[in-house]
Amino acid sequence: MTAARPRPGLKVTVVGAGVVGLACATELLACGAEVTVHERGPRVGAEACSWYAGGMLAPWCEGESAEEPVIRLGQRAADWWEHHAGGVDRNGTLVVAPSRDRSELRRFGQRTSHFEEIDGEAIAGLEPDLAGRFSRGLFFAGEGHLNPRKAITALAERLVSNGAVIHFDSAVELVDLEADIILDCRGLAAREVLPDLRGVKGEMLLLRSHEIRLSRPVRLLHPRIPLYIVPRADGLFMVGATMIESGERSRISARAMLELLGAAYALHPAFAEAEVVEIGTDARPAFPDNLPRLTRRGRVIHVNGLYRHGFLLSPAMAQMAAETALNPQATPEMLHDLAA
Amino acid sequence: MASFYGFEPQNPLFLGTAQYPSPAILAEAVKRSGAEVVTVSLRRESAGGAGQAFWALIRELGVKVLPNTAGCHTIKEAVTTAQMAREVFGTDWIKLEVIGEDDTLQPDVIALVEAARILADDGFKVFPYTTEDLVVGGRLLDAGCEVLMPWGAPIGSGRGLNNPYGLRSMRQHFPDTPLVVDAGIGLPSHAAQAMEMGYDGILLNTAVAKAGDPAAMAEAFALAIRAGRQAFAAQPIEARDMAAPSTPVMGKAFLARKTAPA
Repeated sequence: MTAARPRPGLKVTVVGAGVVGLACATELLACGAEVTVHERGPRVGAEACSWYAGGMLAPWCEGESAEEPVIRLGQRAADWWEHHAGGVDRNGTLVVAPSRDRSELRRFGQRTSHFEEIDGEAIAGLEPDLAGRFSRGLFFAGEGHLNPRKAITALAERLVSNGAVIHFDSAVELVDLEADIILDCRGLAAREVLPDLRGVKGEMLLLRSHEIRLSRPVRLLHPRIPLYIVPRADGLFMVGATMIESGERSRISARAMLELLGAAYALHPAFAEAEVVEIGTDARPAFPDNLPRLTRRGRVIHVNGLYRHGFLLSPAMAQMAAETALNPQATPEMLHDLAA
Repeated sequence: MASFYGFEPQNPLFLGTAQYPSPAILAEAVKRSGAEVVTVSLRRESAGGAGQAFWALIRELGVKVLPNTAGCHTIKEAVTTAQMAREVFGTDWIKLEVIGEDDTLQPDVIALVEAARILADDGFKVFPYTTEDLVVGGRLLDAGCEVLMPWGAPIGSGRGLNNPYGLRSMRQHFPDTPLVVDAGIGLPSHAAQAMEMGYDGILLNTAVAKAGDPAAMAEAFALAIRAGRQAFAAQPIEARDMAAPSTPVMGKAFLARKTAPA
């Protein structure tokens, strides 16, 4: 994608400081715009579903169920995040299945690309603590992951040090805002103006264990409950995430908890002794095709529907949003309608 | 044409709505298959009506909705879920599923019969997910069910018809009851096989939702169901052990069969 042509002095207001809002603000600031961000919560991530994300930059794995644009647009995410926030680990993704669910591994392989099939010895080479536990796996060497909380915090800090203004505890009405361009990045809170938007609830856990070490996200396939575990620094592991057709943003069910802990335990029994550090729940904003959209209405551009791909797709969506903001004639591919 | 509580679909494919890559792909699969009934689960999405957006998408499909009690393990759970489904979708149809065993998702047929009785007495039109057991089938009819839905194989396993003998017996045993094979279907040929036996419909979800191209697979199932039903109506031949030439040999030159020397 070509970078949008800079327009110094353009006043841009971004509403929402989740991953999409901060990525958009970063792109617009880089184009020379004067950027102000309004966030209803008291700090970065307080009201954002991206706070609970896995932070996997895994375009090829997501191809198992996601459509082509996700795979293509997601491929630039790792470079973008490394450049703007740092902290990207590029150790790939490991996909495994218990031997009784071997057919799930075949199915996953049929739906995806850019992996190699590996045996138990190779799995042990990649993840010594998983030695002897799985005899077959898929290794997606070109994928990466990051810590989403660190990443959006870093984006916010860099925005401020580069001259953007972020107002916290600032719930605003779009119509009251004085700006040349308003980027509405409110996620599910934009439902009243984007009636197609729905919530897809996700539940996650943060566990801490020093008995096991992983170097990369591991996806555990299961016919009913496919889950993943993403290692973070300091013995932390993010276990995620359920997918429930519901806009509810709180309340983890006992069943979800069982599934998440069961997956962790199936990956390695050492997780039985792990400390449960945090239980997180929120709802991802999604359109009916589960693909992201830019919607332009006069001076307002809605950037929404990133579904379970917030960190994977916000770089590409932010670049398209900047292009749309700077050039009224622009028609980037995810621009959905031009209703006034 | 079988009648399911007075509803006579041209296309007796009952399509499940879970596990699709997106609601848009689900809608495309329903459209291309021509399915007239979709099933939808309330259990997991039930939290305080927070699944409203997805249910609205289901209603917008414009087809009949058969809510189900998927994931319920007790009579009470199943009855409560059915009552909620009636409110949400404004229908007295319910696919009754009471799971008895977690590994195979085999129905708890004892609880199933009792839950069916409670729901039928409450005015529900019950579609029970059961096994091919004839005695249980009879009990379900006694409880007020007018449709039976035996499994082909465990839910989501894609193994097809595990017990063709049992399913055939069921068809013969209940000649006037609409019968639907529910669960375990993996391929269109499995669906065709059930329809060739005289089954009245096929209920499936995973085989379409998890296919590489769900909409194309949904259409393939619709075609197979149509072929199987037409084959049943056309009265298939019986299999036999001996070859039976389809062209006459009279009047043609042929060699006498060699016989072993005496």
